[in-house]
Amino acid sequence: MGLRTPLYDTHVAAGARTVDFGGWDMPVNYGSQIEEHHAVRRDAGMFDVSHMLVVDLRGGRVREFLRRLLANDVAKLTASGKALYSCMLREHGGVIDDLIVYYLDDQWYRMVVNAGTREKDLEWLRQHAGGYGVTVEPRLDLAMIAVQGPNARQKAAGLMEPGVATRALELGTFFGFDAGSLFVARTGYTGEDGFEIMLPTVAAVSFWQRLRDAGVAPCGLGARDTLRLEAGMNLYGNDMDETTSPLESGLGWTVAWEPQDRDFIGRGALAAQKASGSTRKFVGLLVEDRAVLRSHQKVIVPAVGEGEVTSGTFSPTLQRSIGLARVPAKTGDRCEVEIRGKLVPARVVRPPFVRHGKIAIAL
Amino acid sequence: MSNVPADLRYLKSHEWARLESDGTITVGISDHAQQALGDLVFVEAPEPGRRVHAGEACAVVESVKAASDVYSPVSGEVVAGNADLGGQPELINSDPYGGGWIMRIRPDDKAQFASMLDAKAYAAALAAETH
Repeated sequence: MGLRTPLYDTHVAAGARTVDFGGWDMPVNYGSQIEEHHAVRRDAGMFDVSHMLVVDLRGGRVREFLRRLLANDVAKLTASGKALYSCMLREHGGVIDDLIVYYLDDQWYRMVVNAGTREKDLEWLRQHAGGYGVTVEPRLDLAMIAVQGPNARQKAAGLMEPGVATRALELGTFFGFDAGSLFVARTGYTGEDGFEIMLPTVAAVSFWQRLRDAGVAPCGLGARDTLRLEAGMNLYGNDMDETTSPLESGLGWTVAWEPQDRDFIGRGALAAQKASGSTRKFVGLLVEDRAVLRSHQKVIVPAVGEGEVTSGTFSPTLQRSIGLARVPAKTGDRCEVEIRGKLVPARVVRPPFVRHGKIAIAL
Repeated sequence: MSNVPADLRYLKSHEWARLESDGTITVGISDHAQQALGDLVFVEAPEPGRRVHAGEACAVVESVKAASDVYSPVSGEVVAGNADLGGQPELINSDPYGGGWIMRIRPDDKAQFASMLDAKAYAAALAAETH
């Protein structure tokens, strides 16, 4: 038996099939993964993401600490509640985790990290926090529900107290606020608008049921994966890990090189990699044949070299297979993928594949 | 709980088979198998006329999650593949024992069909697999 979120029994009672994900027993679907996917693209769906860990970081030097710890620069966060996506790196440039950090006030930042990496993340945070007098508090008392889709914000706000609902609907993209009983953020992992809502574990079941009664479809990790892949978002452990740098994982945009004197952990290794010119690049793939890309399939670029599919699936929106892959830097706009013993042609494209319900690439 | 019709025969690898009145055998995948695979997106059924051997992988069902081989329970000649699955692979999810059939085979030896698991034995195999 794996770890369970406060919503586990609710998922099982709703007919969810569960799978192990990073040591957690999580719902993979409640019937049809494809219907759940479409619910998010067309209306509103919700995901139990309580397996992810919320960590509060507090102290007078917390900003200085995070500017050392993260490859993106929290100095960009000047308005309270603003969030930043970043990688946390080892000295050699490998990715320990990707995360979101919220600036709440000068002494308080809130971080959300992946489930499968939570123990090593906490160890890394604690190892470095001491020198800055920063306290690291994992918020095991909080559950988290992601409500996503074009109608998600309206439906979720309808369940909040009037003052909180007004503030929630006024949130800018990638902002959050602490409303006491709820922490509401306009963030997500689907390519749709929506909220990620943190709330006390004891309140999770009743809030989930009220969302369901308001017409928000329960969605499992299966739909979460097809949605994030269509949105061109990386999954830690598939698309990057400690053996790959952000520069070869399509995450160069999250590395803040300026100011030049900010010495974040991993900077030296990334600078060396940048100077030597990375030999690998990270791309999207689209398959026209009736075959499905899966992680670890071999990519062959004739006369150039080989690469690997890091994530692949069938895209319910495109009705084709899509994927992300790490390929030789000189790869052009076509390649082949070895799928079940056959070489299948694929097009190299620039993610995202789908954004806000619309197909974002030429088919 | 998955549905295991009493009038069909099964393989441990989750194919079902039905002996038709014309002596051919219709093959598909069980309700348990379609549930485990999740939404089907592609099905590759064999061409009529193809010779298959018992235990040979001769069709592929691919879901959002994974691709899976479908094994022939008998040796013989494929007489039909289900053409409807080309445009509607989800028939396997909605009607695994009916509209979701995959192929029809004329067996060389009906004894191979008779040696398949009956519903009771397949249900017991499923119970053993999940516990």
